[in-house]
Amino acid sequence: MKAKVYVTIKQSVLDPQGVAVQGALHSLGFEEVESLRVGKYMELELGDVSQEAAGERVKEMCEKLLANTVVEDYRYELEG
Amino acid sequence: MKFAVLVFPGSNCDVDCYKAVEQVLGEPVDYVWHTATDLSAYDCILVPGGFSYGDYLRCGAISRFAPVMNEVAKAAEEGKFVLGICNGFQILTEAGLLPGALRRNMSMKFACRDTVLKVENNDTPFTRDYAAGEEIVIPIAHGEGNYYCDEETLEELRANNQIAFRYKSNPNGSVEDIAGITNKAGNVLGMMPHPERAVNEILGTTDGKKMFTSIINAWREQHDAANVR
Repeated sequence: MKAKVYVTIKQSVLDPQGVAVQGALHSLGFEEVESLRVGKYMELELGDVSQEAAGERVKEMCEKLLANTVVEDYRYELEG
Repeated sequence: MKFAVLVFPGSNCDVDCYKAVEQVLGEPVDYVWHTATDLSAYDCILVPGGFSYGDYLRCGAISRFAPVMNEVAKAAEEGKFVLGICNGFQILTEAGLLPGALRRNMSMKFACRDTVLKVENNDTPFTRDYAAGEEIVIPIAHGEGNYYCDEETLEELRANNQIAFRYKSNPNGSVEDIAGITNKAGNVLGMMPHPERAVNEILGTTDGKKMFTSIINAWREQHDAANVR
């Protein structure tokens, strides 16, 4: 089983890094970029576990460590 | 009164904290490694600045699971004084001992300079030797000191007088210019500026000294009161 975890700054929280990257794209002529948020992407190899068990565990990992839910949102995909 | 200065892999203000206690107060102080499982000998725990665990994932995210952090939570629960400075503040928020989180500075730059702070609450064990509203010069050195909390938490911070320090001129984008906060009980304080770097004339400012004298005066008051009983 493989999990892909995506962590991004919450919509309600300013992402200074995203704003800076968006500004850089604008200065390169990509004016159509209306908003940009920089996040993190993590790949986890989980061994031989069921989809249901993996989902539960990955959620717990996100809540405990992988995301700081005060300022970040997370989502994950399971494969295998 | 006995002080502990925690040391994580990547702490780099531990020596400054140790020296500040030694020079300003002359009280016993020990370095305590992050693997320690007993802090019962200490009356005040200093969580120093630096880049613990290389700031991997998020500042303070990994340190908060170090064995010693269970003991810090216990000490906080018992009413002992816990002071987190810079990375120490980030660790205390990640650990849930203080509300909110520290985001990347608005400017995206590492800010390293003197700042003017206003003492918003001088009724804490860490600030009692300052006058209410006193303006003090304390240096900052951080890339992620942009304090954030939601509106509801901010309301609570205001209502409980948990905002200890505000910047006179906001260097990082912090909500309401917040530079330092306490927990509800007032015995845990986190701040981005470095009072331990402001205790010697040769370093440009001695305005941080009163934080250390406040701590010992608060402790003496508690201690003497206990003896009288």
